[in-house]
Amino acid sequence: MSDVTTVVGFIPLMDCAPLAVAVEKGFAAEEGLDLRLVRETSWANIRDRVVVGHFDAAHMLGPMAIASTLGVGHLKVPMAAPLSLGLGGNAITVSLRVWDLMVSEGVTLSAGPRVLGEALRNVVRARERANKAPFTFAMVYPFSAHNYELRYWLAASGIDPDRDVRLVVIPPPLLVDAMREGQIDGFCVGEPWNSLAVSVGVGCIALPTTAIWPLSPEKVLGCRLEWTQRHPDRLQALVRSLYKAALWCERPENHLELARLLAEPRFVGAPAEILLRGLSNRLYLQRGSEAEHLSAFYLPASQAATFPWVSHALWFYSQMVRWGQVVFDPEHVAQVRATYRPDLYRLALGETTNIPSADTKIDALFDAVRFDSDDLPAYLKLLALP
Amino acid sequence: MPEARPKTEPSLRVLIVDQNVMRASILEEGLREAGYLNVTVLREMHNLLRRIVDIDPEVIVIDLENPNRDVLEQMFQVSRVVRRPIAMFVDRSDTDMIEAAVDAGVGSYVVDGLKKERVKAVLDMAISRFHAFNKLREELDSARQALDERKIVDRAKGILMKQRGMSEEAAYALLRKAAMNENRRISEVAQSVVTASSLLK
Repeated sequence: MSDVTTVVGFIPLMDCAPLAVAVEKGFAAEEGLDLRLVRETSWANIRDRVVVGHFDAAHMLGPMAIASTLGVGHLKVPMAAPLSLGLGGNAITVSLRVWDLMVSEGVTLSAGPRVLGEALRNVVRARERANKAPFTFAMVYPFSAHNYELRYWLAASGIDPDRDVRLVVIPPPLLVDAMREGQIDGFCVGEPWNSLAVSVGVGCIALPTTAIWPLSPEKVLGCRLEWTQRHPDRLQALVRSLYKAALWCERPENHLELARLLAEPRFVGAPAEILLRGLSNRLYLQRGSEAEHLSAFYLPASQAATFPWVSHALWFYSQMVRWGQVVFDPEHVAQVRATYRPDLYRLALGETTNIPSADTKIDALFDAVRFDSDDLPAYLKLLALP
Repeated sequence: MPEARPKTEPSLRVLIVDQNVMRASILEEGLREAGYLNVTVLREMHNLLRRIVDIDPEVIVIDLENPNRDVLEQMFQVSRVVRRPIAMFVDRSDTDMIEAAVDAGVGSYVVDGLKKERVKAVLDMAISRFHAFNKLREELDSARQALDERKIVDRAKGILMKQRGMSEEAAYALLRKAAMNENRRISEVAQSVVTASSLLK
């Protein structure tokens, strides 16, 4: 098997960690896998290069795999996600100017999403009354957990993300500069970019998105369905090596070494000290503040973090429908279900204990609206905008 | 690769979004020579939406190295002001074309409804010009590498001349002999000499 190279694309973000570790700490080689990583500059490139077969698999946004299966926004190419690349790791950062306005509404950084959302709504309404241009918030890709988490929080706080603010896409490495130049007032992105904005003093972390949704899904290992069928052995080896790498990433005694590895320009290319914050679940929300210990901010492995829950896929689809990216179609549901592949995960990791036996679970975000993936239309009705 | 010979299309509005000045010029020149007179090049990413609205392009070519590709795609999805360009060839019959484009490093978007034949020539041109540029860049890289290698060999020769009182020819012959014996490149041996010498200082 090792005479064939398996090529996997990734984007420079903290949660590419299991991929980097699978190569650098020998977990891939242990599985007889010759794994080569290729750093990419845009999500569109990740999608296109998986589609044309440059990449066998990729560090992929969960919703991107679903959009590709459904043919929304681009070519219809069925994808398979046999492994989740961790839970959480995202945050919403606002500019110091916006934060000052929110503080004058009486909030502190330790407030929860509901209170912070109300403060932001008051600030947004005041701007409206003063006829000022709406705030601009950035995220990294339309089909992403970042987009949906940000929208969910805004909408639950009474802010219409399509009318009351402007939402734009900006690539992660450009976010901090865009905030410094005043082009954007806030953003939702994965680490290390929130912590970087804090450390250079242009913004503060208003909310880790795990406050919006604890144990929230993020990226997956995404590959063409057809590739998984042609190369079952390589796929299983890849899943096993990433599973072991994820376990390694989560152990506290490895965090410093991991931060130094990811800091290298060939991986993330951000300071190790900044990367260490997210990896060790100790974020500085504001420059000069004490580190805040946020348990389960980023989980590469524990709490079934590598398990591809079918209900996560269905939640992403519900948000695609909610925000008008696709029109609900009962036929989509089966295709969405078939994109996340717990069966392939179990096949690869058969001997491992602690694998969930169900494919779906009931979830609830911070506003306690119950998400039952078996009844999407009912859920969408519950979420209808005020 | 033979250059595509499209029919003259002076009116088709083509926008090239590329931060690499040389590559953008190579493509722009190719398109103009082929009779496309309405070609605009954007190198600055500031106010991208505003500028696209002003230019109102029918075909957009962007290099795949540009992280702003994601910005562009979202803009097309949500904008009510620009006519919605879509990713090129969204029907599956054209995977060969997509593959060729991705291989060359070309991303492209086309205003919905534009006839495929009108666009194909532009894309063919972009692909061949990007290939030409890639080749040029490889040549530049290898020229630069050769220069770097010569510099390191010169430094190693200098060290040998000084420390062992050799002539320049003798120093070079020694490096070459060591390289042949160890089956390595002269520049690699030279690098070891320079490293060792700095450690012994």
